[in-house]
Amino acid sequence: MTASVSRFSIMFFFLTQLQLAVAQQARIVKFEIIEALINDRSQGIQIINFWATWCAPCVKELPLFGQLQQKKDSSLMITLVSLDFADQIARVNTFIRRKDIQSEVLLLDEIDYNSWIDKVDSGWEGAIPATLFINRKTGRRKFVDKELKEGEIESIISELRE
Amino acid sequence: MKAKRFLSLVSVALLLCSTAYSYDLGDVVSDFTLKNVDGKMVSLSDYGSSGKGVIVIFDCNTCPYSKAYNQRIIDLHKKYAGLGYPVITINANDPGASPGDSFAEMVSVARKKNYAFPYLVDESQEVARKFGASNTPHVFVLKKEEKMFRVTYIGTIDNNSRDAASATRKYVEDAVDALLANKPVTTNRTKAIGCGIKWRS
Repeated sequence: MTASVSRFSIMFFFLTQLQLAVAQQARIVKFEIIEALINDRSQGIQIINFWATWCAPCVKELPLFGQLQQKKDSSLMITLVSLDFADQIARVNTFIRRKDIQSEVLLLDEIDYNSWIDKVDSGWEGAIPATLFINRKTGRRKFVDKELKEGEIESIISELRE
Repeated sequence: MKAKRFLSLVSVALLLCSTAYSYDLGDVVSDFTLKNVDGKMVSLSDYGSSGKGVIVIFDCNTCPYSKAYNQRIIDLHKKYAGLGYPVITINANDPGASPGDSFAEMVSVARKKNYAFPYLVDESQEVARKFGASNTPHVFVLKKEEKMFRVTYIGTIDNNSRDAASATRKYVEDAVDALLANKPVTTNRTKAIGCGIKWRS
């Protein structure tokens, strides 16, 4: 009995891991999840990128975050927040699969933008892409409301680590 | 090091310039003249002799938010043109970066949707920069005082881009209704997630 349970749980574990590796999926969230990320004062650098599948400059800069994710640096947390409409989740998931996105993807289902946009950054006019970098420990932050160019992410990270 | 400091000074100066040059609430807008989809030139001052103001909307053909709001923009003109607040739409996107926003495509959208208001091309992007427009659609409600136009609302159309029927705050309508009733505009500044204007590089 115990043997079969543990065999089952091993298999279950294996299957979930396999699923994680094969099909990353976007999770639909409310703003409180993003707010918790912004206010997390543990360790490392949190990067929150706001994007959408329909936004060409966003799609163009996403590989830069992919390259960073590939480095498997445990002090970097990359969260890609999709602002696609929540009923477009299938489109977002197809995009994730097609582009083989490994970073965590959250789909922010908060249509009343004015209720949360200033909590990300009061200077944000609402155009995407936009990216918030936070040194979790010191609380130092940098907000960029335009497309990031090659190398820019790295220099912002090292600036925040100083 | 010196060069670095100089560069940062220059960038601060540029930043100050760009902020200083874009309109804020209460500012008087200077006149502009842009080409409409019918080929004729339209100036803000053309609206100086009649009406009570204008609803200027920076918009485009391609942005999903512009598409979602298209009917609401048409309806704003329908509702308010007769009351003295007609709509003027302006497309400032660089067609090099966004081919769907070429003048020919603008003509075709305006024709298909039967626009009863101007759809102007801001080829040099100077008008958009002067207004400080960043997104599409990005609304500026201008109130006419004598022959001057004063910025009285900046922001989004309502609080539900996905579904007009579910919007619980209609910011532009509330602003124009207040102006028509000679009351202060209570929510005069909002923000919206939208497509950034495609600036020429």
